[in-house]
Order: sequence, then C-alpha cells, then structure tokens
Amino acid sequence: MEILEMTALELAQNIKSGQLTVREAVSAYINHAKNTDKKLNAFLTLMDVNDEKLNKRIDEVQQGISSGKYNGSLAGVPIAIKDNICTKGIRTTCGSRMLENFLPTYDAYVVKRLEEAGMIIIGKTNMDEFGMGSTTETSVFGATKNPWNNEHVPGGSSGGTCAAVAAGLVPLALGSDTGGSIRQPAAFCGVTGLKPTYGRVSRSGLIAYASSLDQIGPVGKNMADCAALYEIIAGYDSMDSTSINRQVESINCGDAALDGQMYVDKNLRGKTIGIPMEYLAEGTDEEVKSSILKAASLMEEAGATVEYFNLKMTDYAIPAYYIIACAEASSNLERFDGVKYGYRSEDAKGLHDMYKKSRTEGFGEEVKRRILLGSFVLSAGYYDAYYLKALKVKRLIKEEFDEAFKKYDAIMGPVAPTTAPKLGASLSTPLKMYLSDIYTVAVNLCGLPAISVPCGMDSKGLPIGMQLIGDSFDENKIVSMAAAYECMRGDYPCAYDNNGNAGIQNNQEGGCEYNG
Amino acid sequence: MAKQYETVIGLEVHVELATKTKIFCGCSTRFGGAVNSHTCPVCTGMPGALPVLNKKVVEYAIALGNATNCQISRYCRFDRKNYFYPDNPQNYQISQLYMPICTNGSVDIETSNGATTIRIHEMHMEEDAGKLIHEDSDESSLVDYNRSGVPLIEIVSEPDMRTADEVIAYLEKIRMICQYLGVSDCKLQEGSMRADVNLSVREVGSQALGTRTEMKNLNSFRAIQHAIEGECKRQIELIESGEQVIQETRRWDDNKLTSFAMRSKEDAKDYRYFPEPDLPPILISDQWIEEIKASEPEFQPEKCARYKAQYGLSDYDANILTQNRHMADMFEETAKLCGNPKKAANWFMGEVLRTLKEKAMDPEQLTFSPKNLAAIIKAMDEGKINQGNAQKVFAEVFTSDIEPLKYMEENGLMMVSDTGAIEKAVDEVLAENTSVVDDYHNGKDRAFGFLVGQVMKKMKGKGDPVKVNEVLRGKL
Repeated sequence: MEILEMTALELAQNIKSGQLTVREAVSAYINHAKNTDKKLNAFLTLMDVNDEKLNKRIDEVQQGISSGKYNGSLAGVPIAIKDNICTKGIRTTCGSRMLENFLPTYDAYVVKRLEEAGMIIIGKTNMDEFGMGSTTETSVFGATKNPWNNEHVPGGSSGGTCAAVAAGLVPLALGSDTGGSIRQPAAFCGVTGLKPTYGRVSRSGLIAYASSLDQIGPVGKNMADCAALYEIIAGYDSMDSTSINRQVESINCGDAALDGQMYVDKNLRGKTIGIPMEYLAEGTDEEVKSSILKAASLMEEAGATVEYFNLKMTDYAIPAYYIIACAEASSNLERFDGVKYGYRSEDAKGLHDMYKKSRTEGFGEEVKRRILLGSFVLSAGYYDAYYLKALKVKRLIKEEFDEAFKKYDAIMGPVAPTTAPKLGASLSTPLKMYLSDIYTVAVNLCGLPAISVPCGMDSKGLPIGMQLIGDSFDENKIVSMAAAYECMRGDYPCAYDNNGNAGIQNNQEGGCEYNG
Repeated sequence: MAKQYETVIGLEVHVELATKTKIFCGCSTRFGGAVNSHTCPVCTGMPGALPVLNKKVVEYAIALGNATNCQISRYCRFDRKNYFYPDNPQNYQISQLYMPICTNGSVDIETSNGATTIRIHEMHMEEDAGKLIHEDSDESSLVDYNRSGVPLIEIVSEPDMRTADEVIAYLEKIRMICQYLGVSDCKLQEGSMRADVNLSVREVGSQALGTRTEMKNLNSFRAIQHAIEGECKRQIELIESGEQVIQETRRWDDNKLTSFAMRSKEDAKDYRYFPEPDLPPILISDQWIEEIKASEPEFQPEKCARYKAQYGLSDYDANILTQNRHMADMFEETAKLCGNPKKAANWFMGEVLRTLKEKAMDPEQLTFSPKNLAAIIKAMDEGKINQGNAQKVFAEVFTSDIEPLKYMEENGLMMVSDTGAIEKAVDEVLAENTSVVDDYHNGKDRAFGFLVGQVMKKMKGKGDPVKVNEVLRGKL
C-alpha cells in the first residue's frame, strides 16, 4: 500500500513494525504537499524536508518508538495544525495580516500533547481570518480550494485543515469549531471531523474567536483516526478554567473494520436516532436531503430506530449564535492593537491613530464586520435587548436538546444545507453565508459533541456530510455509531490519486454499498 | 444670610492584595524587579493565553467581606470591562460588575465629631494594569507589565461621609482591617491602596444629592484632605455664582493644590461589560466562609483590651500600639523576649514611634528584629548601658538591625563596672584636681558632682555611674 493511501493508524502500525521509517512517512507527505498545495493553498506554513529542527524531531521520534517512549497509536504520524493554534517559534497567523509575522512564545496545550504522543507537526493550515467565515475565503493569504473541485470552496473556517486531509497532504489534522468550523468543511471536503464537548479539549493556546463556543477537534480520513487523535488531545488542563476534569474513555473503533457486522450490531442495533424535521426543511438541497435519508435507512437496516421530531428553536440559533460569538469576538480581538505584537501601521501619529490605523489595516472586512456587530450588541442600551436575550435563547435551545437526549442516543441530520458553494459566491452576501450555518451553530451554543461523516456526493461530485450530535460527554457513543455507519457505508472515495492529482471523478451518488 | 452647605462624599478604594502570585497567572506580585520580569503570556495578553483564578484572592475578598459585615455572594462571576489603553494588555480588564463577591457591608469610624457608620455598597475583585513609562528623550512610550494582573479589591462605599476627617478615618479603618487580615499592606505611596473620591455639595437640610465629581490621583492622606477641601470650595463657588457643577472626572494635582477636568459624563466610556467567558462562575459554600472566619486573626478592639488586661498598659498606649498589627506583633515579641512588657511598651511609644515619624515611615515598614530591641532593654536593666547610649544603639537596630551587645562592645558603649578601672580613673582625677577636692572637704556639694563628671569624662561616659559614685565617695 502506498504511504499516502494509508490511514493514520495504518501508517503508525507500519512505522511501529519497522515496515516504514518516520522519515519516509514524513517525507512522503511533505513532498506530496509541496507539489499539490500550489493548487490548493491549504498550508500557510509547510515544513521543509531539510529543516534541521524537523529532522532532529524525526530522529528523536524514531528512537522514541524503538525505545518504547512513544508507544501510542499515532506515534510517528505527521500532522497539520490549524493556524489559530499556537506553536512556539512557528508562525501562527489566524489567516490575518494582523498576525502575519507572529511567532508564539509558547505551545498550545494540544501541541504539547501531540509532541508527547510522538506525532510530527509538518505545517499550519489556512483558515478564515480568526475563524470568521464559512469558506476559508476571508484568509488574507488567499482562499483554499476544494480538492474535489478547485472552483469550489473547501468550507470553513478549518478549510485548510480539511482540504489538506482530503487531498492526502497529511493523514490527520487539527481544526477548531466555533459554529461548525470543523464539521462543515469536513462535509464539504469529504473527510471526517469531530467537534468534542465544550471543555473536553483545552483551549489554552487556541487564539480565541468566541471563548464560550470554541473547541479544538480532529479531522481525519475516517472515524477511527479521528478517535485516536481525540484521545490524545482530550483531557483536563489546569491552564484552561473551562476545561473539564472528567475521565476520557478510550474509544475503540479501530476494530470497526476488522469486526464488521459484529461492530455494527453492537453500536447501532437498538440505538435510537432522532432527525429534527427543521433540519430537512426548505432551503436544504434535495440531493443533500436524500443522501441523509439514505444514511438513515442504512442505520435502520442495522437495527437502529429512526424517528422524526421537532427542534422548534432551530431558526433562533443563528441570531443567538452571531450575537454571542460576535460579542465575545469583539472583546477577544481587542488585544490586537499594534502595541505588543502583530501588525502596526507605519504612518500612525499618536496612540489613538495607531490603534485605529493598525486595526483598520490589520483586520479584514469580515472580522471588522463582526467586531462592529459584537461591539454594538454589548453597548449600553442594547445589552439587554440583544446579548442577554441571546443568552436566554441559548438556554431554551439547550433545554430542547436536553429533552431530545432523553429519547435519543444521537441526533442526526445534514451538516450544511448545500454542498460546497463556488469560490466567491458567498462573500458578497454575508447574511446568506451566516444562514448556511443553521445546522451546526446550535451544537456550539449547547456545548455538545458532534461528528461530520461523509455520506454521499451530489451530482456535481461534491461530498455531502452527515452530522451526528451526541449529548454532552457522549463522544464515545456517537463516535462508535459513526464508525459503525462507516462500516456499512464502505470506503469513501479519495479526492486525489496516487500522483496527487486532485478532483477524482467518480460516479457514486453517495450511500456506498455495505460490503462488510 | 449665607447659605450653609453640606459635603457628601463616597469613596472607591482600591486595595492591592498581598498574594504571592497574580490573580490569573503564576507570576510574582513582588513590587519592583526589572521591567517586565514578572510576566508571562497571560499577564501580557498574548494570543491564546487564558486566565486561571488565584483561589487566595477569593479567600482574601471573603475575609475582607466578613470583617466589614458584608453579605458574601454564594455565586459570583467575573465580567470584562473593555477599554483600550496600552497598560491594559488585553484591552479589557477582568473585573466584577453584575455579580460582585461582597455587598451591603459597613464599618464604624470615630472622629472628633463622634462615632458614625459608613455603609459599604459592594466589594469586587479585579486585576491591576501595567505601568507606562514616558521617556522625555523619545517620542515613544514604554510599558512595564510587572503590575499587570496583580489582584485588587475595589471597595465602594455609600455616600455616607461628610468631612475630610471622616474620609481619613474611614480609610485608616479599612487599612487597619486589611493589615490585620494580612490581605494588603495598603501603602498609598506605593499605590497598594488607592482612593477615588466622589464628592458633591448640597444645602444643609436638602435630601437630594448634588451633582458629583470624581477625583483621581490621590496618593496620600494629605492629598486626599487637600482635594476634598479644594473640590468642596470649587463646587460651592460654582453654585454661589449661579453656575452648574458638571458631572466629570477630575485629576488632583497636589503640588498646585488644584484639580483639572479629565473627562465629562458625556464622553464617559461605554465599557461594554459582559460576563467573562474564560472563567466559570465561583461557587462559595457556607463551609468555605466558615473556614475563613475560623482563621480570622484577633482584631484591634480585642487586642487592645487584652493588652490592657494582660500587660497592664494604659488605654492610650494599648490603643496606639494596636493600630498596626505588624507593630503590635513586634511589641508582643519584644515584651516576651525582654520579660518586661511595660518597658517594651515605653520603647515603642517613645523611640519607635518617634523614629518612624522622623523618617516619615509607616509602622508597616518596621523591619528590625524584636530580639535586638529586647537585648537593649535587658542591657539597660543589667546596667550594661546608659539611656543615651541605648538610644544610639537602637538607632542602629532600627536602620540596620545590628546585634546590640556586639555593637556596644565594638563601639565601646558598654558600661565599665570593673572596680579596678574605676579606681584608676578616680585616683587620676583626684590627683589632677586637688583644689576641687579641698572645696569638697570644705563642704561645697557641687564639687562632688564636678568630680563625678571628670571621672565619667575620663572613662568616655562608659563608667557605671553607681559604681563611680561609690568609689569616689570612698576615696574622698
């Protein structure tokens, strides 16, 4: 099997058994990425194969694997990280001119965990500026292209992360999800992404967009890879006060492929799945809808009960989300002022002029729009009418989900109403872009775990993602269910061939045959 | 007849807490230190850094709330106060607005006008800002974040004070409570206690409050006194001349004894407060409050009563000695070590307070070891040193905490009671002053005193006066 075709777990096994060296694995990915990324623009920083530090790290990991220091399931595996996660001494830009040359002085908690697990960071991935966008087009470093069709967006804001995995530039990557920023690009790129329960993964070192909603999560080729990475990054961190001190159970879905029918039986039979009627409402593409329904009937076949129910607050999730997220963002982004680090306007006269010019020039349109929105809703006289009301709506939405989880093991629906739009189609109408987040934002407002798993493709050959939402701390349950679903669905096609050519044509309409 | 005016004053007092580390990170709170040496990603506002609350800050706030009869919130929260300034690295300050930790308290004060109660509206926890450094030679300014994130408690009083005396008494009371609890050293000069004065005037008998101004930059009791007097006068003059007092923030300049408008209510900032999403709410259990209560120190009134009963001190002495806990502790230690509480009290009431005043120091700044003062007291008891030299030695103890006996020996301040040495000196004096000896024998009393003086002079003041008298009389 070619290196680039292996899952992350397979790659690690091959390294562990000595079939492959860490250097071979890392070089294969970096070389492939170096060529392919010229078209995609998924990476903002890609390590050079000759980089001294990288090679030292490769040797150290190789030795650590032999000595048993690194005995985890992903030791030796290359990984890419979204560019809003701080990496000491490695440029971390948030896709913004403001941080174009910013070198963090410390590593994010998750980066330390990756290092301890013997993983090797090969680059930092493109994103919507400060996570604000659903297409990765608001990055000041240019849009990332969808590997399935370079005229389409990869989704966002973790578009670089998802495109990189989809195009085989890296076997696994980290994204972050504030309102769907892992799940939606994962769906658009035909890869698997997990947004953990709020508090599961430390935000220490994650450059905040909206503190009460942000969560780091894995993106991979399949559920098992994501689960393995999730186990590495999840857990209590005393440096993040919102981190939750709760045992992270091991999720053994690596066996899904081996156990086949048994695994499906164990994880889907007898499970109840709720589909919110509102998630299939008008405005959702027919192709997306039928693909979701097909996935639902596949799970029914496996013995799950699928029911329809109402999430009446669905329409209010978008305004509540944008009020809360923008309010927090307006405050979180105040630190970027040209004083201590980051972009400083050169022709400013005096302090206030420096603030104004640095922020005017350093931030892009979408970021400024959200800062304005957020400052407005927090202003004296508007706070009660907007911000406090949004918090009340958030609570009502949470109550609805709590109610639903009394009946259902998981809630299922599409990740997004459409497949990936064309480049440039969303930016001109921001409101339309905001509305496309309708199925993802409620999960963040409620702090719930959710998965995006590919379930089909539209007639244009663009991937469709199914979303599986779990109750708080039910990562284990939804990951096992999604892995069982994967088993039934069969292998999802790749967006690249062995020569690294993106945009493979295929005729599958989604809902691949169960071949277990 | 001229109208009679009444001044109405409320105070916002900031107290810097004496925790070892900052409120949201592990950096040292130590005053001084090289510029930006006590900093980390959190207190310099680096991207991605998150605050973690120092539990000690909550405990200090609860202790202070208990000591000022406040209600302690069982559930409270931090809020962000948003404003741009370079001393504030995140451009928001983590503070408390919507749910402060303590509310509805009071302290009793006493002035020459009698006793009164000042109500406390609320107390909240927040972080301090850094410090800007302006260098004249350069167009740019620099910023030092050592103080950024040092914990503060803001104590907001009701407008219950009427005179500068009451304000000073209130501040002294707050300071005493803080010092007793050990939550703050409350040094105005170093900025560990800061007061903003909200002041308005109204005609005597009027119930409605006048328009108030807020005065900042008051870093001594003297400045506070001046500012209150100055602002009161300014407002009355405005009203008398038919003008309006404008609600505004003013900056007091204690050198020019005048204040300047900083900003008016119209351009008051909108701080866009909202709950701090990086910090979960704080839950305070009854048990926690009880534990903090249980570890409360002996406060001033009890200590004062005990000093009177246990050491037989006067009302006055006991009250003065207990005004500052640090000084009271030093007194007790000294009393214990020298075994003579009265003498120890006299030293504190006399030399210690005098030296503090002379050096314009606060009792909190006393650093000498009680064992060294005790050694001086003992040496006097044992006739090893006279009063004058004892004071000299104490001056050294006060500034350099030297060991008295060693110092006395090295500097020849030890009294000589060796009979041989005294006899030798007496013999010499008698031989050199035969005419005075004759005077003595002719009944001139003053002659004896002169001879004693000569002997002491010869012995460079170190002769034991009792022994000298004895020997001299014998020889004569």
